[in-house]
Amino acid sequence: MNPEYRFSHKHVLGLADFSPEDIQAVLQTAESFKEISSRAIKKVPTLRGKTIINFFFEPSTRTRLSFEVAAKRMSADTFNISNSGSSTVKGETLIDTARNLTAMNPDCIILRHPLSGSARLLADHINASVINAGDGTHEHPSQGLLDLMTVREAKGRIAGLKIAIIGDIAHSRVAHSNIIGFSKMGASVAVSGPATLIPPGIEELGATVSRTVMKAVEGADVIMALRIQKERQQDPLFPSLREYAKFFGVSQKVMNVASPEAIIMHPGPINRGVELDPKLADGSRSLILEQVTNGVAVRMALLYLIMGGD
Amino acid sequence: MPGGILLKNGRVIDPVNGIDQIQDVLIAEGKISAVAQPGTISGQTAGLVYDLAGKWVVPGLIDMHVHLREPGQEYKETIATGTLAAAAGGFTAVAAMPNTKPVNDNQAVTMFILAKAAEAGFARVYPVGAISSGSNGEHLAEFGELRQAGAVAVTDDGLPVGNSQLMRRALEYASNHDLLVISHAEELSLSRSGAMNHGALATRLGLGGIPHVAEEIMVYRDLALAEFTRRPIHIAHVSTRESLALIRRAKEKGVAVTAETAPHYFTLTEMAVDGYNTLAKMNPPLRTEADVAAVREALRDGTLDAIATDHAPHDEIDKDMEFDLAANGIIGLETAVPLTLRLVREKHFDPRRMVELLSVNPARILGVEGGTLSVGVPADITVIDPEKRFVFTEEIIQSKSRNSPFLGWELQGRAVLTIMAGRITWRQEGDFR
Ligand SMILES: [Zn+2]
Repeated sequence: MNPEYRFSHKHVLGLADFSPEDIQAVLQTAESFKEISSRAIKKVPTLRGKTIINFFFEPSTRTRLSFEVAAKRMSADTFNISNSGSSTVKGETLIDTARNLTAMNPDCIILRHPLSGSARLLADHINASVINAGDGTHEHPSQGLLDLMTVREAKGRIAGLKIAIIGDIAHSRVAHSNIIGFSKMGASVAVSGPATLIPPGIEELGATVSRTVMKAVEGADVIMALRIQKERQQDPLFPSLREYAKFFGVSQKVMNVASPEAIIMHPGPINRGVELDPKLADGSRSLILEQVTNGVAVRMALLYLIMGGD
Repeated sequence: MPGGILLKNGRVIDPVNGIDQIQDVLIAEGKISAVAQPGTISGQTAGLVYDLAGKWVVPGLIDMHVHLREPGQEYKETIATGTLAAAAGGFTAVAAMPNTKPVNDNQAVTMFILAKAAEAGFARVYPVGAISSGSNGEHLAEFGELRQAGAVAVTDDGLPVGNSQLMRRALEYASNHDLLVISHAEELSLSRSGAMNHGALATRLGLGGIPHVAEEIMVYRDLALAEFTRRPIHIAHVSTRESLALIRRAKEKGVAVTAETAPHYFTLTEMAVDGYNTLAKMNPPLRTEADVAAVREALRDGTLDAIATDHAPHDEIDKDMEFDLAANGIIGLETAVPLTLRLVREKHFDPRRMVELLSVNPARILGVEGGTLSVGVPADITVIDPEKRFVFTEEIIQSKSRNSPFLGWELQGRAVLTIMAGRITWRQEGDFR
């Protein structure tokens, strides 16, 4: 890495804002923090005195917990505010709530919100750093980074790999961050799913679109299955979960055309038997639990990089 | 009014009378009393004399698509502030869309609007009634009483008429009352989940897309209904290339269709939305370069008849929020002239065509007075300084709202004097002693 390089982001809003060097810096930092999590006393004083607010407008136990564990291991004070359900009601906007948060003088706000652009909006209205923990169908950068870390650990590299992402590309912020992140780091990314769930211009983020899952997975080193959101069924996107599982689910038959050493990932929580065969989810190729472990390390790294310097 | 007003040495552009030359114009008793060679009109009867060398003297501009917000949302705009913004932008008349609160679906609201407009006195207001009661798309509003009270057209603007049978009946029944039917063309089942133009930028921003076909399908339906019923139809705020192709073909077939676009559709692309800029959020959404080029061509070749601003004031509290939740629309009255002049300078069309688009045709389409400088007509006159440069800032805005994507733009060309019925409704400070 360029010795002049310094990580200089105040916010983590999306991987679209990150250079390959930024991503590299986060992964390296995360790898060094991962060791802390394996110690008997899993705590360092790095962020003592810092105040971090977990501000979740959508229910998400996993991501919230991962950020909370990361913050606690760095000795920061954390507070959780959840506001699910009321966020899309007009009259109570994100900015109103953000103004109230300012009174607590936080150093960092971790925001999960159902609307795209909300993390950016919050960052524009508050002095604290903002980490986007998922905004609408836009980005989920910490998930993208933990997926990059998991692949790099398993494969020793990212450049030159073929990544297949299967499922609801249109509504998946995880897919967006992964397409951006993996292609920035030199991997090739193929996506497939029902055509109703492939958004226009996804190629501009760095993906190639395959009509069939088999084609996308052919020779792939990494297969990532995305969660199907059952609640989107009011828009006629596909006929049934049954048909989805049959034509777009990741099964052993699909795995047979992938690279023999291919690994399986999923951002969770899994609809077992819909987007992913349960045997594969729990099998030896699955790195799903490793993703969870790395999630804490990546989030520690992000907190450190944006707050640890001063 | 002490005496009259003499406008000397201006370039008079009056397409209806075939005039485009330096002339003097005398206004007396609220009417145009003479248009003649420079120096041939005595200024003795005029209390005010303006030397307008280098400026254009044109029939008062008419904006056939504005939202004045009163009654109901006076915190965004009132009829007084909206018409003052109109005068400041060079407009002597505006057509007020019916999506107020309550909706202008009855004579009482229409009369209220006219009374408020008369009280303010900054511009003529032509109320547009609703097609359906409450604009809820079910029953026809009382067109007869709306017309009697002063409405000139009907539309459910803000919303499409989703029910084709209702649109057909509106076209048929409007003929009894000599009302123009205006179509807000949008197929809601395609557009409902979107917040900006469908495409790669929407994907990158994670915003739902509104496909161009959502507009075109409805444009086609309404052209087909107009042809079938043999009734005129006016298509509002056309934004896509294919909508224009459909309108062009319908005109060639002899369908009585007229159409308008707004300055933002010939000035901006969807790229203005990047960064979640809610000041560029509108419906229909900003489109692509190809659409912008098609709109410019259609203004030139006559496929589009009018430029209307779709002036849609919103307070900051309706815009400074998550993109999906932010209100649609921008103010437009005070930027229409300079944005249209950009096209004139870039030779898309000439000044005469600009006057047709902003005055002659809106008057003809709405069936109202105006659009000419003929001797004897009410003196509705706009004086434009085509060279005048200014920066469009919040401070100079006369509208009650400031929601414009053009804030901070350096613009060229501006209305410097606006006269309605012989009365000065706007005079740009610093341009006249
Ligand atoms: Zn409309």
